[in-house]
Amino acid sequence: MGVSKAQLLERLQAQQIQFSQYDHPVVMTVEAQAKYVGHIKAGLSKNLFLKDKKHRYYIVSALADTKVDLKVLSQRLGLGKGGLRMAPEEAVSEILEVPLGSVTPFALVNESARNVSLLLDQGFKTHECCFFHPLSNDTSITLKIQDLYTFLKSVERMVAYVDLEANPTVGKDQPPDLAALVPSDTPSIQNISEKTATLQIDGDVKSKPVAVTAKASKVSSGQQKEKPVNTANSSSSFADPEQFIEEILKKASAFVVAEIKEENIKQHGDQLGAVVSDSIRKNLTLEFKNLATMFKNTAYTEGFGAGIRCPAKRL
Amino acid sequence: MENNNNNNNKENETKPDEEQTQVINPWQVSSKGKIDYDKLIDQFGCQRLDQSFVDRVHRLTNRSPHIFLRRNVFFAHRDFNEILDAYERGEKFYLYTGRGPSSEALHLGHLVPFMFTKYLQDAFKVPLVIQLTDDEKCMWKSLTVEESKRLARENAKDIIACGFDVSRTFIFSDFDYVGGAFYENMVKVAKCVTYNKVVGIFGFTGEDHIGKISFPPVQAVPSFPSSFPHLFSGKDKLRCLIPCAIDQDPYFRMTRDVAPRLGYNKPALIESLFFPALQGETGKMSASDANSAIYVTDTQKAIKEKVNKYAFSGGQDSVENHRKYGANLEVDIPFKYLSFFLEDDEELEHIRKEYGSGRMLTGEVKKRLIDVLTEMVERHRAARAAVTDEMVDAFMAVRPLPN
Repeated sequence: MGVSKAQLLERLQAQQIQFSQYDHPVVMTVEAQAKYVGHIKAGLSKNLFLKDKKHRYYIVSALADTKVDLKVLSQRLGLGKGGLRMAPEEAVSEILEVPLGSVTPFALVNESARNVSLLLDQGFKTHECCFFHPLSNDTSITLKIQDLYTFLKSVERMVAYVDLEANPTVGKDQPPDLAALVPSDTPSIQNISEKTATLQIDGDVKSKPVAVTAKASKVSSGQQKEKPVNTANSSSSFADPEQFIEEILKKASAFVVAEIKEENIKQHGDQLGAVVSDSIRKNLTLEFKNLATMFKNTAYTEGFGAGIRCPAKRL
Repeated sequence: MENNNNNNNKENETKPDEEQTQVINPWQVSSKGKIDYDKLIDQFGCQRLDQSFVDRVHRLTNRSPHIFLRRNVFFAHRDFNEILDAYERGEKFYLYTGRGPSSEALHLGHLVPFMFTKYLQDAFKVPLVIQLTDDEKCMWKSLTVEESKRLARENAKDIIACGFDVSRTFIFSDFDYVGGAFYENMVKVAKCVTYNKVVGIFGFTGEDHIGKISFPPVQAVPSFPSSFPHLFSGKDKLRCLIPCAIDQDPYFRMTRDVAPRLGYNKPALIESLFFPALQGETGKMSASDANSAIYVTDTQKAIKEKVNKYAFSGGQDSVENHRKYGANLEVDIPFKYLSFFLEDDEELEHIRKEYGSGRMLTGEVKKRLIDVLTEMVERHRAARAAVTDEMVDAFMAVRPLPN
């Protein structure tokens, strides 16, 4: 079940990412899209869904007039000449879970697309805002490219800015410069985590919020066979007040957004505020207290470490 | 905190041994049918923890009582009322619990006392000492000193992940800490317990090495505040509350017996049921049978498989019979586990009614359980990942705790 356009837009709002939305008839090409939104001052994007011989997938998202040479890219990624091709149509629906013609960086929010590597045209940075489909090609939204980047990074996807028109030599002494952008071969070990990918909106007010820790839950340090993932990520949200608050706000917002829906509005009317507020307390208190305790413990430990290295000068 | 030698205890306080259909002691928990906890309380001579206690705790702490209290998981006690009386008078107490670090793999049953202790720490705002008996495991299992110390530190990380407050918690390993005032108390306790008595309680034989025989005081002594001069200096009358599973009771009976002779307060106990094995009520979770338990390192897939395949079901053998007779909630493991971990009282009640009457099927209950367990294990894993070696050092540092 892929994330829907509405769910994606809600999430962007919840994270206070500003965007402008333009609805139009379904468009299958950039030219068609330009007919409806071309007059707006923002960079139009073309989005290619690619695949290599080892069944790894990539999205190359570029300004409409950036030249993208698949042969060059293939070499720069270390896939040899001709290692990159357009992905088959089934892959668009299976992996990206979007309709044909809607390939977009946003597709990475889907679980199925967790291992797709996104190459973003550096050129996007020269525009204040750029156009992307919000999971469906009957709408285009403009937003700051840096917001898109941060958004996808926050759900721990592989995203990188690339100078797509560069053509460096790749040879014995010049390793492929984009090799780091190739998705790793290990099968997805984050099978337990990443519930933020799909905000389940269901009617039960009592049910616990499904938007569980995006960062912290990804680390499975217990298993020895599994590749160690981003341990730094989770502990840094306990060491850094800003990240910590971000984490808390994210969860709280996700919870609130999930609770405010038609049936609840109908049922509670203007009491909805109080109801949601109670619900937050009931469901999130324990979790937040635990997070706060970990934060405190981390801070104490930092102090402890500093203290033993440099004992306080006292008379 | 377990000893490995077997015997039925012959304490004065308990009833004489009769034909036992159930055997409960720190090393063995087994029963022919379901465990009869009433009989156990009777045999051990401790008290039931009834609803009035739960209400009192609610009043005194001004917060909702922990799920383990509401669901009678912690169901027996010794002198808990005295702790509460003292607390009401403004006298604090401290908590003492521990773990024998015999393996790296912790299962949910191991976490139960720690989860409850954390709640007690938060609710009453009292300090806590956690003992890691690495010396015991070194002596009883074939572990080297280095390996036991290493396991102690690894287990400490899982314990810290339960959410203890570093400014109120002192974790220590016996190998690191025994000495000084702690050792002085050990000698005092040892002087009060005859060889015959200790053989009677723990079943030592002439073949057991002297390390085992002299071990029990090590576990008794954390109940006395003078064992921790850096924490409780000058507070010799500070009371101690020990949350543990009921199989530890014989052990602390010895401690309570000795305490008045040393001029110390007897430690109070608050005791829990056994967390049943996946396969059913007749045993407890064992670290040696991987499928009897859910481990904190289990993946979502493993949890799903274990619950679906091994969890003993109280449902009927066919859908029609099930709709007709309903599920046997007394033996149904998924429902039991939910009663331990499903926070929402109303939802549990709903499941009790629907499943008990046969309107809900086992599959649905199992699915709900899988969700609950997965979330728990996930949360634990995330917390554990944030525990660094330096944090363990901080928890284990011999330092005063701000009161």
